[in-house]
Amino acid sequence: MWSFFHKLGSPPWLYRISGSILRWLLPLTLIALCAGAVWGLFYTAPDFRQGNSYRIIYIHVPAAVVALAGYYVMAIAGAVSLIWKMKMADVAMKACAPVGAALTFIALVTGAIWGKPTWGTWWVWDARITSMLILLFLYLGVIALYEAFDNKEAAGKACAVLTLVGTVNIPIIYKSVDWWYSLHQPASIKFTGESSIDPSMLYPLLLMIGSFYALFTCALLMNMRLEILRRESRTGWVRKLVGA
Amino acid sequence: MHPVRKQRLIIVLCVVLFSSAAVGLMAYALRGNINLFFPPAEVAAGKAPVGQPIRVGGMVVEGSVQRSEDSLHVRFEVTDYQARVPIVYEGILPDLFGEGQGAVAAGVLDDQGVLQATEVLAKHDENYMPPEVAEALEKSKAQMKGANMTKGQGE
Amino acid sequence: MYFDSLHAALAMEGHGPFVWAAYAITAVVLLTLLLSPVLRSRRLRRDLAGEIRRRETAAGEGRHASGT
Repeated sequence: MWSFFHKLGSPPWLYRISGSILRWLLPLTLIALCAGAVWGLFYTAPDFRQGNSYRIIYIHVPAAVVALAGYYVMAIAGAVSLIWKMKMADVAMKACAPVGAALTFIALVTGAIWGKPTWGTWWVWDARITSMLILLFLYLGVIALYEAFDNKEAAGKACAVLTLVGTVNIPIIYKSVDWWYSLHQPASIKFTGESSIDPSMLYPLLLMIGSFYALFTCALLMNMRLEILRRESRTGWVRKLVGA
Repeated sequence: MHPVRKQRLIIVLCVVLFSSAAVGLMAYALRGNINLFFPPAEVAAGKAPVGQPIRVGGMVVEGSVQRSEDSLHVRFEVTDYQARVPIVYEGILPDLFGEGQGAVAAGVLDDQGVLQATEVLAKHDENYMPPEVAEALEKSKAQMKGANMTKGQGE
Repeated sequence: MYFDSLHAALAMEGHGPFVWAAYAITAVVLLTLLLSPVLRSRRLRRDLAGEIRRRETAAGEGRHASGT
């Protein structure tokens, strides 16, 4: 167990293992994403009230779910890098931010596009949508804060603290539709009890959620590899890797 | 655990705890303002300000929608099954607006307690199903109702 | 397949522009997300390799110069 953690802290090992994971995970993710999108777009019936515009949920919901989960990954990595000073946790935290920002952006934009035909407006300042916008700013804030420091160790610390402060936003996003009156509807997929979405529509949605998790993993690993190369560029193993 | 790390862990926990407490207090202070709309019960109780832009949301009462013949003028009522608020609106309603469906109207409450709406949004619920399933569900519901009525024990 | 023809699938009974715009934006963002680390790490590796080569030739020349 502990030897695994020690290995995780070793840049060359992480670089090598992430490379071999990406070699099969990336193509698999792309295939699953395309399959899920085609299934959702062409092989499901339209919703009885929204018609075909509901097909946007096949990207909106997975993007939103993984954007939230990605924040947990970033916060845990931030805490580990603060407490144990683990360099690779710092790398992981930094690598999470652009991926999470992209997914949050997708969730917001597709939500706006879906809102126009459904609600009759692109945007409304309700609790769910506003807290999601704050999530985007948190991700962008971590990216900006990291770039603002010349000393990367101080940058990592500042970003970790910002990330930890921002975690309070995550339960707010989850619960916003239950705690306050909002325009956004409550969750359709329920972990306990029956989901209020028909099985024929649920299965492609679950496939898409799985694909987006895999996509997050791929993008995270790719960003981590880039950052590892950048930080370790003076070491022997990178010189050997690049020279060969 | 190493004492230095333990200390750092405590600091991390404190950061999370205190920021949560701060945001929690802020949400508590703003509790009324975070709600996007007032439910009809609160309007009836006089909690909604008169003459100020507000939003009122609820279910559109079945049979309450009256459309004007020659203009886009429309009048309807929303309910939360405790109170009703009449709403007048002039403009194009969203496609998903309908009786028995959720709606949120933005406007100003007048002295008679009628909301003069400037915007009406449809509120969608979390149910997704194909049209055939919805039809079948409707049918079985009607059958249940029929069965209950013959038994004389309607809910 | 739910739609009868490609045309029907593109139109989606009037919702086509919304649905296709949403999917197109998502595709662009995701492709950028995946391609940017690939391109950037490729450039970084090229730069590093160039730097190593320059240093090696410089070292080689230095040795050569001291030899004569």
